[in-house]
Amino acid sequence: MIKRRELDQGLGDMQRLLVEMGRRVERALTESMDALKSLDVLEARRIIASDSELNAMEMQITEIGAKLMATQQPVAKDLRNILAGLKISSDLERMGDLAVDIAKVVLRLEGQQLIKPLIDLPKLAEMVCSMISGSVRSYLEQNVDLAYKLDKDDHEVDALYSQILSELFAMMAKDPAVISQSMLLCFVGRYIERIGDHATNIGESTVYLVTGKRPDLNT
Amino acid sequence: MQALIEIERLNLFYGSFHALKNISMDIPEKAITAFIGPSGCGKSTLLRSLNRMNDMIPGTSTHGSIKIAGADIYGKDIDVEALRKNVGMVFQQPNPFPKSIYDNVAYGPRLHGITSRHKLDEIVESSLRGAALWNEVKDHLKRSALSLSGGQQQRLCIARALAVEPDVLLMDEATSALDPISTLKIEELAQELKAKYTIVMVTHNMHQAARVSNQTVFFLNGEVVEYAETEKLFSNPQDQRTEDYISGRFG
Repeated sequence: MIKRRELDQGLGDMQRLLVEMGRRVERALTESMDALKSLDVLEARRIIASDSELNAMEMQITEIGAKLMATQQPVAKDLRNILAGLKISSDLERMGDLAVDIAKVVLRLEGQQLIKPLIDLPKLAEMVCSMISGSVRSYLEQNVDLAYKLDKDDHEVDALYSQILSELFAMMAKDPAVISQSMLLCFVGRYIERIGDHATNIGESTVYLVTGKRPDLNT
Repeated sequence: MQALIEIERLNLFYGSFHALKNISMDIPEKAITAFIGPSGCGKSTLLRSLNRMNDMIPGTSTHGSIKIAGADIYGKDIDVEALRKNVGMVFQQPNPFPKSIYDNVAYGPRLHGITSRHKLDEIVESSLRGAALWNEVKDHLKRSALSLSGGQQQRLCIARALAVEPDVLLMDEATSALDPISTLKIEELAQELKAKYTIVMVTHNMHQAARVSNQTVFFLNGEVVEYAETEKLFSNPQDQRTEDYISGRFG
């Protein structure tokens, strides 16, 4: 018979680490966008350096998951909990990488002026930040409704993202001198939008954890 | 998958104790079906009903029907001896006869009238091969079966069951007295045997059910709580009581 105490403790540790990862990813996105707005290279370097902590947390979660599977032979919801946790941690780790990619854009813009004040990109980032916290909350509270809401949020993110692209493409067409920076800003939009996609993945993991079904929230 | 065993509204009483309550299920042929559940849930009782071993317990009354290959095994015309030949059983403790390895396997066929030495040799070899024991014992078939290890004895008991060419093999906690290596051998053997036989096993080891079986039935208090494909039952059970039992929350 399964020793519930070790299993429950391991699942609890995994959950705490995931929530902490979610908090850090949200912060990394907010801070990298602030660094972009002010073209703060020092801050960007700090953000890039701190990504290793997220990677370490993902490793820790993988180890806990592997240990629980090897020693506790979890089944049913316990098994789904571990599988969902592993998947969520790798989504969060990728989200952290994408925040780092934004910070790297700041480094490439060193010494330049922004071609336009940034309004829509920070707005996009804000929407995605709330998707991150919503996705982690859906997992923590095992709330399927919150998970499904992410699909709707993602559509809004996609719409704003394509609007941003159109605007930047128009600027490039008008003035070839802004092409290189515009391209970088397009990439930033893409990175933020990708983070949103990973948040919907977390929603999918939540639905799997709760119901055992695998929905597609990234439609 | 085609059902070989069809159980319908089966109720079984030990005196006034209602041990099986209105059980209906189909057990598919050439597959492994595992019965799990806490002690006293009725899983072994149902297993023993499949070859009428419960008949030997005084005060037992059975209602409803169990059909194997279409024939009601509780019907009036049934030949219980033929039934037990067709539905072989392996028990928790290996129980070889205090005879040679050869005579253990040849026992059933002899009882059923086979006397040709050549024919018996053939049956003994094919049964021992079928039970994955041949290579270990072929050079000393005359040795006492009791000289074998526990795991070998259990495989000998399986060979003995196979020797009378059954369709169904019942395993009542057949590995619970064995070490992990012997257990693994029996589990692998069961996987091979299901190509030819319909296997029903009772196990207290849930992980064994998860590893080996195609379908799993969870019993509680004489009732079937859930019957599903094994993978589904262990990854996403539909009944909270199944979830609680397999995740170690009770039982």
